[in-house]
Amino acid sequence: MGRYVVRRLLQMVPVFVGSTLLIFLMVNVMGDPVAGLCGERACDPATAAQLKREFGLDRPVWQQYLTYMGHLFTGDFGTAFNGQKVTELMGTAFPVTIRLTIVAILFEIVIGITLGVATGLRRGRPIDTTVLLLTLVVISVPTFVTGLLLQLLLGVRWAWIKPSVSPDAAFGELIVPGLVLASVSLAYVTRLTRTSIAENKRADYVRTAIAKGLPRRRVITRHLLRNSLIPVVTFIGTDIGALMGGAIVTERIFNIHGVGYQLYQGILRQNTQTVVGFVTVLVLVFLVANLLVDLLYAVLDPRIRYA
Amino acid sequence: MPEQQPYEAGRAIAGTGMGGAMDLAASEATTLERTPGGPEGTGPAGKPRSLWSDAWRDLRRDPVFLVSALVILFLVFISVRPSAIASGNPLTCDLARAQDGSAPGHPFGYDGQGCDVYTRTVYGARTSVTVGVLATLGVSVFGSVLGGLAGYFGGLWDAVLSRITDIFFAIPVVLGGLVLLSVVTSNTVWPVIGFMVLLGWPQISRIARGSVITAKQNDYVQAARALGASDPRILLRHIAPNAVAPVIVVATIALGTYIALEATLSYLGVGLKPPSVSWGIDISAASPYIRNAPHALLWPSGALAVTVLAFIMLGDAVRDALDPKLR
Repeated sequence: MGRYVVRRLLQMVPVFVGSTLLIFLMVNVMGDPVAGLCGERACDPATAAQLKREFGLDRPVWQQYLTYMGHLFTGDFGTAFNGQKVTELMGTAFPVTIRLTIVAILFEIVIGITLGVATGLRRGRPIDTTVLLLTLVVISVPTFVTGLLLQLLLGVRWAWIKPSVSPDAAFGELIVPGLVLASVSLAYVTRLTRTSIAENKRADYVRTAIAKGLPRRRVITRHLLRNSLIPVVTFIGTDIGALMGGAIVTERIFNIHGVGYQLYQGILRQNTQTVVGFVTVLVLVFLVANLLVDLLYAVLDPRIRYA
Repeated sequence: MPEQQPYEAGRAIAGTGMGGAMDLAASEATTLERTPGGPEGTGPAGKPRSLWSDAWRDLRRDPVFLVSALVILFLVFISVRPSAIASGNPLTCDLARAQDGSAPGHPFGYDGQGCDVYTRTVYGARTSVTVGVLATLGVSVFGSVLGGLAGYFGGLWDAVLSRITDIFFAIPVVLGGLVLLSVVTSNTVWPVIGFMVLLGWPQISRIARGSVITAKQNDYVQAARALGASDPRILLRHIAPNAVAPVIVVATIALGTYIALEATLSYLGVGLKPPSVSWGIDISAASPYIRNAPHALLWPSGALAVTVLAFIMLGDAVRDALDPKLR
């Protein structure tokens, strides 16, 4: 187990370097990192040159990248162009997005798995077909359309919720945005659980459990569900990273001041430090979540051993 | 593409334990006659049947396939000749009529700029279909060539390519699109398509690699090699025809998600920009007026949803028809 973790951590290094370098190149080489400092107007060439020297942007890109990463590992994410520390921005943005992601994951677990079990046990019945069709519709409608429609209906027409979220972004306000963020994954969790349950339902151990007279509820929760949830747990785990990165759209619709909002502002204003810093953290979250999922696999399924 | 990536991830995971997924409800006679592993079998009439003719037979009877194919044909038609059903010009707007509801000759009403929503919705199909088709073509060609070669030759190139795909998977798609496309000033579909190919190929490449590895272990590949066939010949004549089905399935489903992605990027303001006509732009422009003119939001949203749904359902139907394990 220990050796496996070390090997996986080592494998993460090239992926981490590669993806952060890619983002770094996109922002620094393709964009003009100092253009954001001059606001809407184009920079005066002399000013631009002065600024570039000040920020070390006149040096080769690989040097810039190494310097940046060096600072990063000492906890210095740099300063946004408005003088705010990027770590400060992260301190306000990440808790909001983490809360939003928690709400979304809860929706996936509770609704997704419940629907998946209900349909997997009743394959081919009307409820199964209906839910399957619904998941297809949810998968097809892009998140920003679902979000705008729910905002229109629940927020504007029926006034059940406030159409936009306050800066505090308490859990109560994040229920509908969380549902929107979760919607597509929710549909996948439902389909995945359904396939898995329907497949394991015919397994020998389930027949044995029924034959030895266990009550139906216990067969389902203890025997069937435990074995069927392994692929679902993997999916939800890898989804954590995707949800945090994909929250841009949801956060824009409901005006939530989280990671996606800061990133969007950073990209529009060409705020290099903010963008690279946030993306680096998101990539790390994604990689760590994937590692944890792989380790969790061994806990859930004792047949899997890591040498 | 967070909308798309998890789907394939989920599929792949579900696929690992698919052994017993053979559908017992399927008519047993036909199941027995089929030879799922091999490319050719002999049907009751005695003439050879390929995986493709089997699949086509199934598809012709599948209502889901028929409906989605009809919708897609219609979309392709209106993206080639939008003027056939919409006489107006999508860029002719009358500010005096801004946010008005439907009027004679203008069934969907007017948007915030006083443009005719019906005309713009019809013309928007062209962008979506162009981006979807070209991005899928690019991704499929790049992905299957790179992944297929890696799967066939293995070795160092395979190891390097797998790490490269890992790198691309670690970057959230919408985020990558925002970063990359925000610096592009050109207002055509090409940067959007280029970005999708750049970030989409690893997905296809993984699938292609896997299915080439499966195909190359078959006896007929060994036989061809024993007969002295060259690598290009084995790849093109023996492996490619037997490994292409999973790529086609994933590509069809991906087409729908690329359309959704284009709209999402245009909604965020980095895909296409006005005066281009795209459903994403119209939805984004209509969202501030959501209180007074919801119709300007609903029509393009509906068109987008139906389009994506049609492609995803088509992909689903094709997968069911091509995957012998699901029978």
